[in-house]
Amino acid sequence: MSSDLSDLYQEVVLEHSKRPRNYRVVEGHNREAAGHNPLCGDQLLLTLKVEGDVIRDVGFQGQGCAISKASASLMTGAVKDKTRAEAEALFEQVHKLVTEGPEGVDMDALGKLAVLSGVSEFPARVKCASLAWHTLRAALEGRGEAVSTE
Amino acid sequence: MSGFDVQRVRGDFPILRQEVRGRPLVYLDSAATAQKPQAVIDAIVRFYQHDNANVHRGVHVLSERATEAYEGARETVRRFINARDAREVIFVRGTTEAINLVAQTYGRKNIGPGDEVLITHIEHHANIVPWRMLCEQTGAVLKVIPVDERGELVMDAVDALLTERTRILAVTHVSNALGTVAPVKELTRRAHAKGIPVLVDGAQAVTHFPVDVQDLGCDFYAFSGHKMFGPTGIGVLYGRLERLEPLPPYQGGGDMILSVTMEKVTYNRVPHRFEAGTPDLAGAVGLAAAIRYLEALGMDAVAAHDQELLAYATQALESVPGLRIVGRAREKSAVLSFLLEDIHPHDVGTILDREGICIRTGHHCAQPVMQYFQVPATSRASLALYNTREDVDALVRGLHKVLEVFK
Repeated sequence: MSSDLSDLYQEVVLEHSKRPRNYRVVEGHNREAAGHNPLCGDQLLLTLKVEGDVIRDVGFQGQGCAISKASASLMTGAVKDKTRAEAEALFEQVHKLVTEGPEGVDMDALGKLAVLSGVSEFPARVKCASLAWHTLRAALEGRGEAVSTE
Repeated sequence: MSGFDVQRVRGDFPILRQEVRGRPLVYLDSAATAQKPQAVIDAIVRFYQHDNANVHRGVHVLSERATEAYEGARETVRRFINARDAREVIFVRGTTEAINLVAQTYGRKNIGPGDEVLITHIEHHANIVPWRMLCEQTGAVLKVIPVDERGELVMDAVDALLTERTRILAVTHVSNALGTVAPVKELTRRAHAKGIPVLVDGAQAVTHFPVDVQDLGCDFYAFSGHKMFGPTGIGVLYGRLERLEPLPPYQGGGDMILSVTMEKVTYNRVPHRFEAGTPDLAGAVGLAAAIRYLEALGMDAVAAHDQELLAYATQALESVPGLRIVGRAREKSAVLSFLLEDIHPHDVGTILDREGICIRTGHHCAQPVMQYFQVPATSRASLALYNTREDVDALVRGLHKVLEVFK
């Protein structure tokens, strides 16, 4: 496998795409948003339980490619018990990582999300990696309409 | 195969002579858009270098040459599809515009509340949305001929769907997502028996086999230049003269009028009535060059090549473990839609791309087809006259690589 392919489809990415974490509708959720990538048909539904300013629980369901599923799965783990501001700051780092690459990104702060570093070599797949995050932002802002990557 | 030398054909297409990602380019996405032979590229360059001027207007030498080239292209198209009269050939931007033109002229004039527009379940969005829009504008109802698990139209359902309220049947000749060749001649016969006109979307057909609009008997036939090795931005609406004559204009502007005063406009004759504004002159010239290229190869030879390669590719793909071909019509064009285990087509496409192999992944602008087969997307390899068994072999090797990544 060429090195950029193995960077994209890292073990952790494949593992999360096959066995996504928090693949559920959160019981008693008080925030939700749907995300849609009309170009490829990826769809996901994000449900959250937010207390005050803190994301207490988050789950997703939907269909998509390995990158979008893994990204959603990793995100649900990363933002749990984070404040809105912390989640937003994480998104900024993830966005920079998947569009520009690891340079200038605080990789330690990203933790497991760092496995998305290979995406930046595949511009056509940036939307797959960021769909869940755009949907999270919409859910937190309480926007009712579905989020589209277009 | 006598006379058809695929290696020589490949030599006519400069874009194929390149490496991508350190590997020879394998282009298997011609159903999205086909590559252009040097003859087409040269014809466009020559037009701009020597003959460019506006048509039907000037008295000068260049305008005469440009008009001759443009009207000559119309005659070339007429010959290619065996229309009776060059006036039956209207230049448009592509298949999409051709269908919109019919929906908004024939449709607006003849279709009212409670009337029915009949399409099929295997249409491209270009042959769904214009009719959906028309139905919303007029209060007409959209009806659909169903598809079966092979990807063939359920012909038993057709007669009951052709009712006294049906005002038009719009059907694709070849499904872009499944490769199904629809029995458009038989459908036309049945529709005409009830006095219903027929539009055929030929975008995926004209590139693969000979099309004779008089033999098919249809009233309208739409296709694009860019899928048949010509340039983008040019396409054709064929319409039988007696169907076109009574239609109102599509767009208003220059060249579609005979006279204009502030009180009254007299519209031009067919086909100019439907060609408002300066048309894509170089596009028409390029399309004519593409047709001459196909005629020199012979459409029968092209069809034989495509069918032979389709059979080879079908067998080759079936040898890949976990691969399922979507669309198994008995009469099929050189399109292979497939699923590989439960691996998402976008992941398949990305990994193949790294091997220098271009395929299409997604819903192929045919979401109702995806809904019928209950998949969000498929991978699609489409074959054309410049593709070889080596291209197919490279695809199979690439798919094994995909399996390796996801093992």
